[in-house]
Amino acid sequence: MRSRVLLGRRLANAVAIALAGAATLSGLFFLGWILWTTMSRGMAAIGPALFTRMTPPPGQEGGLLNAFYGSAAMVMLALAIGVPLGIATATYLAEQGRHSRLAAVVRFVNDILLSAPSILIGLFVHELVVRPMGRFSGFAGALALAIILLPVVIRTSDEALRLVPDSMREAAFALGLPRRLVTLRVLWRSALNGMVTGVLLGLARIAGETAPLLFTALNNQFWSTGLGGPLANVPVVIFQYAMSPYASWHALAWAGALVLTLFVLALNLLVRLLVRKGAGK
Amino acid sequence: MMNATMPIPLGETKAGAGTGTGTRIDIRDLDFFYGRAQALKSVSMAIPAGAITAIIGPSGCGKSTLLRSINRIHELYPEQRAVGEIRFDGANVLDRHYSLDVLRRRIGMLFQKPTPFATSIRNNVGFALRYHERLSKAEEAERIEDALRQAALWDEVKDKLDASALALSGGQQQRLCIARTIAIRPEVILFDEPTSALDPVSTARIEELMHEMRGRFTIVVVTHNMQQAARVSQHTAFFHLGELIEFGETGQIFTNPRLGRTGDYITGRYG
Repeated sequence: MRSRVLLGRRLANAVAIALAGAATLSGLFFLGWILWTTMSRGMAAIGPALFTRMTPPPGQEGGLLNAFYGSAAMVMLALAIGVPLGIATATYLAEQGRHSRLAAVVRFVNDILLSAPSILIGLFVHELVVRPMGRFSGFAGALALAIILLPVVIRTSDEALRLVPDSMREAAFALGLPRRLVTLRVLWRSALNGMVTGVLLGLARIAGETAPLLFTALNNQFWSTGLGGPLANVPVVIFQYAMSPYASWHALAWAGALVLTLFVLALNLLVRLLVRKGAGK
Repeated sequence: MMNATMPIPLGETKAGAGTGTGTRIDIRDLDFFYGRAQALKSVSMAIPAGAITAIIGPSGCGKSTLLRSINRIHELYPEQRAVGEIRFDGANVLDRHYSLDVLRRRIGMLFQKPTPFATSIRNNVGFALRYHERLSKAEEAERIEDALRQAALWDEVKDKLDASALALSGGQQQRLCIARTIAIRPEVILFDEPTSALDPVSTARIEELMHEMRGRFTIVVVTHNMQQAARVSQHTAFFHLGELIEFGETGQIFTNPRLGRTGDYITGRYG
């Protein structure tokens, strides 16, 4: 009797392990495949020209300089908008508003925004900025990216701040320090690691976003430094070049995809490093 | 100072409180509520100046609650409420108009777990100091050194003042917190189970330190450790279920408690 129960358990265990293992392997297999394809195809087009020349017309040599510039400019502006706003909101949620009903509502709405489809945000900014202005622009692109970034920063910073033990708050207040100093110098400092992690994760998220840029920044074949007009950017260039019938464009799309992938990979490694450092203290 | 041999009879603490020079903090009819639950019931107690007063009692008896209402740190939590009087230099600190800034500067507090800020040792001590007083660089350095010396930490950290406070051991961190509190020159220091997270050696050092601080500061210490109360304090208050059961000279409480319940707790029959 007992051995039969044991046998049943062993069998169930073996099946469960086999299923879990197969699931893991299939996930890793496709991830490896994608990485390998991106690497092998992208490496072929990577060279100095990629970072020094403009996007070319079909059949000519060129690089992705204007796309890299446009992406960097829009992502920076998105960070400049989203990070201060996000950290300020998170500070309200975790500190001033921690016992209020409003904070609970804001948190709920933020969670919805966090999972909103990015194309929807692109359309929203299109209606809000692009149509009234009468043209696509880098500003509109940056705004769309900022709206995607914002909930990520709010969520991670809020959680990082709420992880600061109450005893730390109490100790700071018990020294007679005012709330602004307690928040800025004690709580932010304790939560710094978590907040930086959140910003980096948000950055990784918006660096590869394509959908919101299609409706806002669009693309630009030429060198333009101003954010007032259509602006080239890596994700949309990849999208357009990959859909084209030209082999040279395909190669550039792969190279762009590889650079983007490596950038996001590097960011994630940095995040892991920060988290590990944070856990070790 | 209180008469060294006379126990302080419960009934008289209320009447005689605040009138003599021997009382530093005079608590009168203090009720405390966590939401609807009442944690302290009409507590009256005169905390003697310049001495160490221990507060003992089983978990949940309200001893930490009492401590936390003296510097009003409970006000960080909106559902917590203290009603009554805590007189300090003639003023009721529970009065809404009493400045928290002044109150917490004059009445410092130490917590169960060391709470070093994520910054250098120097900044940990200098932070509140810089906020409360305008000091020159030299004066500030002097005050930081003085505070660290008083906390018996100077010799261990004098060569690494700019190192992170988080790298110190638990016992050192707790002494750093003491230095941080001493630096702003409070008159009263509240210790909330200051050694419960420390090993025996670190505990002994903190107790030694409290002993040295006696006289310069009025100290109130909440402790779960009977021996600690007996070792460091001159006066002991026994709390049970939110009420002050007995308050007197530590020697008398431990050797000759007037009430059976006090004796039962001290000898470990419950709690």
